[in-house]
Amino acid sequence: MPAGLLGIEGLERAEIEALLARAKDFQSVQHQPLKRSDALRGKMIVNLFYEASTRTRTSFEIAAKRLGADAVSITASGSSVTKGESLVDTLNTLGAMRPSAIVMRHSASGAPHFLAKHLPTPIINAGDGTHEHPTQALLDARTILDRRGTLEGLRVAIIGDIAHSRVARSDVHLLSKFGVDIVLCGPASLLPPELADLAPGVTLTTSITEAIRNADVIMMLRVQLERQHEAAFPAGEYFRFYGLRLEHMDLAKPEAIVMHPGPINRGRELSSEVADSQSSVILNQVENGVAVRMAVLEKVVG
Amino acid sequence: MPSILIKNGRVIDPSSNTDTVADVLIEDGRISGVAPGLSRAGAETIDAGGMIVAPGFIDMHVHLREPGFEHAETIESGSRAAAAGGFTSICCMPNTKPVNDCATVTSYIVERARKYAVVNVFPIGAITKGSAGEELSAIGTMKAFGAVAISDDGQPVTNSRVMRRAMEFARSYDIPVIDHCEDPSLSAGGDMNEGPHAVRWGLRGIPAVSEDVMVARDLLLAQVTGARCHIAHISTRNAMAMMAHARRQGLAVSCEASPHHFSLSEDDMAAYDSSYKMKPPLRSACDVTAIVDGIASGVVDAIATDHAPHAGSEKMQEFERCPFGIIGLETAIGLALDGLVATGKISLNRMVALFTTGPERVMRLGKGTLAPGADGDVTIFSADAPWTYDVNQSFSRSRNSPFHGRGFRGGPTATIVAGQVVWRRS
Repeated sequence: MPAGLLGIEGLERAEIEALLARAKDFQSVQHQPLKRSDALRGKMIVNLFYEASTRTRTSFEIAAKRLGADAVSITASGSSVTKGESLVDTLNTLGAMRPSAIVMRHSASGAPHFLAKHLPTPIINAGDGTHEHPTQALLDARTILDRRGTLEGLRVAIIGDIAHSRVARSDVHLLSKFGVDIVLCGPASLLPPELADLAPGVTLTTSITEAIRNADVIMMLRVQLERQHEAAFPAGEYFRFYGLRLEHMDLAKPEAIVMHPGPINRGRELSSEVADSQSSVILNQVENGVAVRMAVLEKVVG
Repeated sequence: MPSILIKNGRVIDPSSNTDTVADVLIEDGRISGVAPGLSRAGAETIDAGGMIVAPGFIDMHVHLREPGFEHAETIESGSRAAAAGGFTSICCMPNTKPVNDCATVTSYIVERARKYAVVNVFPIGAITKGSAGEELSAIGTMKAFGAVAISDDGQPVTNSRVMRRAMEFARSYDIPVIDHCEDPSLSAGGDMNEGPHAVRWGLRGIPAVSEDVMVARDLLLAQVTGARCHIAHISTRNAMAMMAHARRQGLAVSCEASPHHFSLSEDDMAAYDSSYKMKPPLRSACDVTAIVDGIASGVVDAIATDHAPHAGSEKMQEFERCPFGIIGLETAIGLALDGLVATGKISLNRMVALFTTGPERVMRLGKGTLAPGADGDVTIFSADAPWTYDVNQSFSRSRNSPFHGRGFRGGPTATIVAGQVVWRRS
């Protein structure tokens, strides 16, 4: 299997640390007037997105270009997908054009893992179904480190539709490797009990106040309406019980930060006041997305 | 037709409580004698020393894909895989295209089988037209044309009233109802067992309770109607407990277990490997223990493979897009020996019963015995010879097996149907 990046679960802590350190180097590059290097000059990155995405795709594109690589983005609509070609055939076709790596987002969990077994091209997982979103976890970790300097010993609450969240899974795997105390919170229909066994250090609660109490980091998840195949919670009352409001912040540690993988739904997962508060690091996450993806591309392709 | 004399095997025939070293003579396609020291001039002699000689094995649950899906399997290729797995009789599910929901399709299958199958093929008719769960098929007519049971396998009848009526007709026509128990409103969209691995891999779960509620419903309907209801591929501990309870109440109900459900749990799955994707899914280790215990305690009547061929390209997709099912004819005896006999859970005699008298009691095919005059169907197998399964050598047209490359101790060595050797291990 070529060395791509399929998920966080299989990574060693040292590999994660190396990526996060390299991402820190790239943070400063972003503040220089000339942001482009030629570390990956002549390399070709294909962004293959089978699912709508603005920020992740753009972030990968910018990361590739800042490293001097060429980037081509393909979205599922308007490609051979609509002509009935199988995923393997599509990827083999793209692979035959000899890209240096394929960045892939797909609505099916495990799609990149399945392809990695059949393809010589390295694959970078940009989100597979409800499974993993490794670069999101890396940028989340980078963002926490920027504020708190360490992950060890922190208490991180992840709140929302955990069942359908690839972000939550990748974050749990990453944070667990650093000894973080992780609380997963959501209504029981979106919080399968088996999540407690996902990684060491995970506890579950259906109470948002319990989750937030003494938290250093509060990660709010988007309510994934597109992945709900049934009514997983009663209509109209999600925000009342699982939305983050300013008064909740009194329960958390004074220096606690609020994160969200975006796109945010104001008034659904969190109030506007929280989203715009000093605690919010949501835009820092976006900024770190580019730096982290530069580190990943450099490692995989460089 | 030349006679066949099978010499010196350990003859195990649960239909007559036979377990002795003896010879078996087949003449004119029928069993003519089981006794030590038989001889017959001109007979083809098979040395079965060290082997088990048993009535031909019955697999009451296979998918042959013909008509309609011949790229995945045909009656001929499936029957050859059956022979290579030690089976002399197979019952094929109606989810073909068209669905076997009328005498025309039933007759077509019977006729194709007569021409091309190397083992006995018994069609199972659909409960409802098109297996759509609404209008009952012509159950009695299909039976008259050769259907031995009815089932909407894979398309469970969700309407309880339709199921009740089907059971009432089935009882009137004295034909078993084979029940794939799944409440689709609980299982829809699921790809594997609901449990820790599904959560870890981000795959949607098929909860055990989706099977349990239908087993409960249909055992109750069987009680109300008096129908012979047979629970297919039982896979959960609650279903097994309900089945045992129904048995104690004296209902005319029965059940089968599939080799993969007593051999593998969800813990054995390789992530996103569609060779492990089937319905019911591989369950928890607790469920596997319950299935094995149910087999050992006698609650389970039969081992049936649910042989479900799918063409390679169909299984070479995103996991959630891959169809359910694995092939199983050629590995069933090996798995039963490994998982049930070698582990001391059941005796060799009980294992033979699960492949012969057990399914015969449910299906009433007139098979599963070495009594004089019975059809000359014989399965010869080794209980200890090592071999390795190479799915690329399979007689099936499909390759979807999680057991490729697995080593076994014991497996089929020769299969005889109506006095003809239709397969021998080379």
